[in-house]
Amino acid sequence: MSVLLFTIIVLVGALLAGLLGSLTGLGGGVIIIPLLTLALGVDIHYAIGASIVSVIATSSGSAAAYVKEGITNIRIGMFLEIATTIGAVCGAIVAVYLNANYIAIIFGCILIFSAIMTLKKKVDHSTLDNSDRWANFFKLNGSYPDKGVEHKYAVKHVPAGFLMMLVAGTLSGLLGIGSGALKVIAMDNIMRLPFKVSTTTSNFMMGVTAAASAVVYLHRGQIDPGIAMPVCIGVLTGASIGSKILLKTKTDKLKIVFAVVVTLLALQMIYKGISGL
Amino acid sequence: MNTPGKENLNDKDIQVILGTLLRAGVIISMSIVLIGGAIFLVHNKGAITDYKVFKPELSKFSSINAIFKGVLTFHGDAIVQFGILMLIFTPIARIVFAIFSFLIERDYLYVLIGLIILAIITVSLNGGLAH
Repeated sequence: MSVLLFTIIVLVGALLAGLLGSLTGLGGGVIIIPLLTLALGVDIHYAIGASIVSVIATSSGSAAAYVKEGITNIRIGMFLEIATTIGAVCGAIVAVYLNANYIAIIFGCILIFSAIMTLKKKVDHSTLDNSDRWANFFKLNGSYPDKGVEHKYAVKHVPAGFLMMLVAGTLSGLLGIGSGALKVIAMDNIMRLPFKVSTTTSNFMMGVTAAASAVVYLHRGQIDPGIAMPVCIGVLTGASIGSKILLKTKTDKLKIVFAVVVTLLALQMIYKGISGL
Repeated sequence: MNTPGKENLNDKDIQVILGTLLRAGVIISMSIVLIGGAIFLVHNKGAITDYKVFKPELSKFSSINAIFKGVLTFHGDAIVQFGILMLIFTPIARIVFAIFSFLIERDYLYVLIGLIILAIITVSLNGGLAH
């Protein structure tokens, strides 16, 4: 395939991936990697390198808007970034030495898990019980503005949340994705944050987490300009369009269709991985 | 997020600057990627791609030094890689800024946390772990 044709195909694919990723909340990375590996036969190491770059671009772009609104809890974000960056660097180092087939299998499993997570009804676990010693020590309890009213919230189970973030960071570094689904489990279900705070704070953390693993990928030659360029331009453009549509449309049906498609892609990746072993 | 007794406006200012920093980083680095990409395509549009097998030894720009040298030659792929490097540094710059703002707020615990994150990234940046 010529460079021009390859660039155009990847650009269009990445645009769709970014658009669907932002509409469904799955993120662009989990879609662009199967597309590159299954449809275009790109080695998963290159696909991961390109995807992580697009994760930095989209998360920094949207974090910029959220931070200005004052919803993001910067302290929680930075505190948990210790866990995600350690995890990300470890994950990225393991990925360098891991056989592409194993990565594909793990990727497929996480993809199915993420698809299920997007379909699950979210339950607000937020609490005002500010008795957690760790949360008080690290000053994690806070408040966020919603329609002009300040809502207070407290943080629970900080060590368990921290450990879960270590796992989320490792998978992010290993697979080149934002691993938003795992971060949401850590912050919503374990640490009991309100949705608005957890989604925006998770987004805020993604950039630094991805940068930590991107640095390792860069040194290992996994970030190839020829793939990374159309991927990050496409995903960022798609995600920006998606965030504008998102405000106007209901996405429930889209999520179901999308979860099915993603699951099929995941099964194909797992199958390909196992048959290649 | 506002610690009781601290100036409210201060936190708000920091949030606005932080947001602007992130946005500017993304816009500037993506513009560089776009320019580099255009130059790359003009020169290489007919070349044949081959990404079927991961060949790290063929990577021309896998260190910061190599990227800077490449940019001086005006090769499109080097400029793209430089833009990507700037994009990677955007969230890192955000950490540096956060450290300073916590220093101004005299929140030394979070200055320390910021420095820890920076140290983790610096260790992997030096390539000691990756090579």
